[in-house]
Amino acid sequence: MTRTVYLKEILEDEKMIKRRIVQNNFSGVLITFISSLVVVPLVLILFYLLVNGISSINLDFIMNLPKPVGESGGGIFNAIAGSLIIVAVALVLSVPLAVLGGIYLSEYPDSKTAELVRFSNDILQGTPSIVIGIFAWVLVVVPMGHFSAFSGSVALGVMVIPLVLKATEETLKRIPSELREAAAAMGVPYHRVILKVVVPTGLKGIVNGILLGATRISGETAPLLFTAFGSPFMNVNAGKPMSSLPLVIYNYATSPYDEWHKMAWGASLLLIIAVFGINMLARIFVSKKGGR
Amino acid sequence: MSRKSEEPLLQLENLSAYFHDKRIIKDINFSVGRNKVVSIMGPSGCGKTTLIRCVNRMHEMSPGGTATGKIIMDGEDLNKINTIKVRRKIGMVFQRPNPFPTMTIYENVIAGYLLNGIKIPKKISHEIVEDSLSKAALWDEVKDGLNKKGTYLSGGQQQRLCIARALAMNPEILLLDEPTSALDPKATSRIEELVVQLKENVTILMVTHNIAQAARVSDDTAFMYLGELVEYGSTKEMFTVPKDKRTEEYLTGKFG
Amino acid sequence: MNKDIFMEKGFKVILKSAGIVILMIPALLLVTLVVQSAPAVKAYGAGFIFRQTWDPVREIYGALPFLAGTLVTSFLALLIAFPFSFAVALILSEYMKEGVIATILKSAVELLAGIPSVIYGFWGLLVLVPLIRKLELAAGIPPYGVSILSASLILAIMIIPYASTMAREVMSMISGDIKEAAYSLGGTHWEVLRKVVIPTSYSGIFAGVLLALGRALGETMAVTMVIGNTNKLFTNIFEPGNTMASVIANEFTEAVSDLYLSSLIELGLLLFIVTAIINFIGRLIIKRFEIKGAGK
Repeated sequence: MTRTVYLKEILEDEKMIKRRIVQNNFSGVLITFISSLVVVPLVLILFYLLVNGISSINLDFIMNLPKPVGESGGGIFNAIAGSLIIVAVALVLSVPLAVLGGIYLSEYPDSKTAELVRFSNDILQGTPSIVIGIFAWVLVVVPMGHFSAFSGSVALGVMVIPLVLKATEETLKRIPSELREAAAAMGVPYHRVILKVVVPTGLKGIVNGILLGATRISGETAPLLFTAFGSPFMNVNAGKPMSSLPLVIYNYATSPYDEWHKMAWGASLLLIIAVFGINMLARIFVSKKGGR
Repeated sequence: MSRKSEEPLLQLENLSAYFHDKRIIKDINFSVGRNKVVSIMGPSGCGKTTLIRCVNRMHEMSPGGTATGKIIMDGEDLNKINTIKVRRKIGMVFQRPNPFPTMTIYENVIAGYLLNGIKIPKKISHEIVEDSLSKAALWDEVKDGLNKKGTYLSGGQQQRLCIARALAMNPEILLLDEPTSALDPKATSRIEELVVQLKENVTILMVTHNIAQAARVSDDTAFMYLGELVEYGSTKEMFTVPKDKRTEEYLTGKFG
Repeated sequence: MNKDIFMEKGFKVILKSAGIVILMIPALLLVTLVVQSAPAVKAYGAGFIFRQTWDPVREIYGALPFLAGTLVTSFLALLIAFPFSFAVALILSEYMKEGVIATILKSAVELLAGIPSVIYGFWGLLVLVPLIRKLELAAGIPPYGVSILSASLILAIMIIPYASTMAREVMSMISGDIKEAAYSLGGTHWEVLRKVVIPTSYSGIFAGVLLALGRALGETMAVTMVIGNTNKLFTNIFEPGNTMASVIANEFTEAVSDLYLSSLIELGLLLFIVTAIINFIGRLIIKRFEIKGAGK
């Protein structure tokens, strides 16, 4: 009984309870404060981009080609076109493979091969982009004998595979099996069940994955340094070196000229708008019409 | 613990509970005497779990959960007391055994103290552990392995560990939320025996969907249907001469 | 009908081959790196890792300054990012799952994750580096500005989204049952977090930290632009340095001799192996955490 009294006393000690409530409130405020600091760098980065970038962006900047050092003016049309071409080719190269691979994983989730594919995919996703750049250099640049936009697309394509594959697998896994069974029960052959029922049902998720993948690679620089390489000229031939927005930002940013820094701010703002824009598009696309 | 034994320990006055705008239980009134076992039964979805979660104010933690009305314990309105103190006086055991996975059996028993940052002398904590585990009829089975993780025990043992964990805080009321629903028949009957023994020390409110269980262990029974308290009274009476037609139908298996 | 049966079989083969092609990519990547770095490995052996000198003119290649740069910047970044990531994860998984603050935080984290590396580098170079230079001047330290510290700071900002998302996922996997039990014993919100939620998520959080580390190790552009790119071993974090990834980025196109190129590729190989192992362990822990149902 003395023990009970003793425990009652410490458990109901008002001071102690007050202290615990204060501690609880304090930790809540502290955690909220620390986490809110995360917004600071974001605001600073976006602020500098806007303030410095907005003045360099105009129609000339977007539609013109770069001018030689010393001459003022000039634009980054070749880099914008280059980015579009390199990313588009990368997607064409990788998306079919990644989507098929994703279908494979969702259809045969437990097979030994599927386990291995998943493992490889995880490894690939964690591989530094610069290493993938080396890979593309060995695979494409060395045999061709020179840098090319195509080799850049190969590098970016390899990078985007894990993202699209995961998005496909996750989306298709969530489609109820009744749907498959209903179609299969009508005697529809397997490939038709997949292509006509399963994939269309999950199309939104897959397209969303592709768009998000596109934003990831459109900001990539490292693997392009020794593949697409960059070029001051207008070029639409994927077999030759080509400029891209991130490459231009890198080159201008690391130069000593204020004029070029201004161009880099403009290009950065443009790239951010594109990246966030596609991101938003993907989100609107998914939320529209309810789909999964 | 026998002081004021005629007065009810717990009184519910016009208790209603909501999830967002939806009323889950409606104007419940009843009182519970000291050292009684009270069963709350009814078909699933009738609000019986919500009712006991209101008593220790866990309901208000669920998203959208609110309650109105009074819950009076020993003359104090629990809604006016800090939840820390409320839950000190009222222990709870859940549907599925939920010992803390990172703690040993020993630590699980005194988890309430560890959690609350209260330092107690070793000698006393040993006493609490042995005493609580004995009351929960688990001491003999675990006394040689107190430093094993609680999750190594069988389901029935885990549930008794959870009961010991609640008892260690010396609660006056113990809430049991379908404590045997995840257990096999043998483990269930052990818990039922235990519940009967425990009323020497605590008052027990037990939610159950098992009519026979209510009949076996409880002194009083409340029957709830669609959020309302249909009937409340001595178990014996209710099971022999139910006053309400709905109670009779439920007891004879016509629904639920 | 026969055509359908044929197609059905063919389709399965196509799916499986797609899987196998993807399976081969990392393997092929590894083989490529091993073959290409073979000359350097043959020439220098294990000494490559421990040598301090990187001198293309005399054809002496030692990776120590870059190894040190990569490890120090990554760990420092992790150290800086951890409290913020952890706080964000706690807020989003435990304190405010919805509401204005949660929405702002969630969007901030997503936007930070979406900013391309090269823009982080550019901003770091033009905004952060001058600021650090000023601080260094004021403190009487040689005002390099570009330094191991600058790289770590930028890296920290970059991995916060990743680390916080990982930690949040892990904590949201913890079953509500044990949280309820803790509350029913009279624990305050903080006590439930501190004594039940966080200890239960230790292994998962550790895995998240590992995966974030994997990210930091391989990050290239932002680091390259603010680290100063000196191939000398640094003696403190205020000095410029270099990382494995950034030396590859800087020197790959200039590498004229085979041995030079091969040495750079060997750096890539090391980077690949280390990140692959870290990712493998991290994902293994997360998987086990998931299967164990986070405390059941």
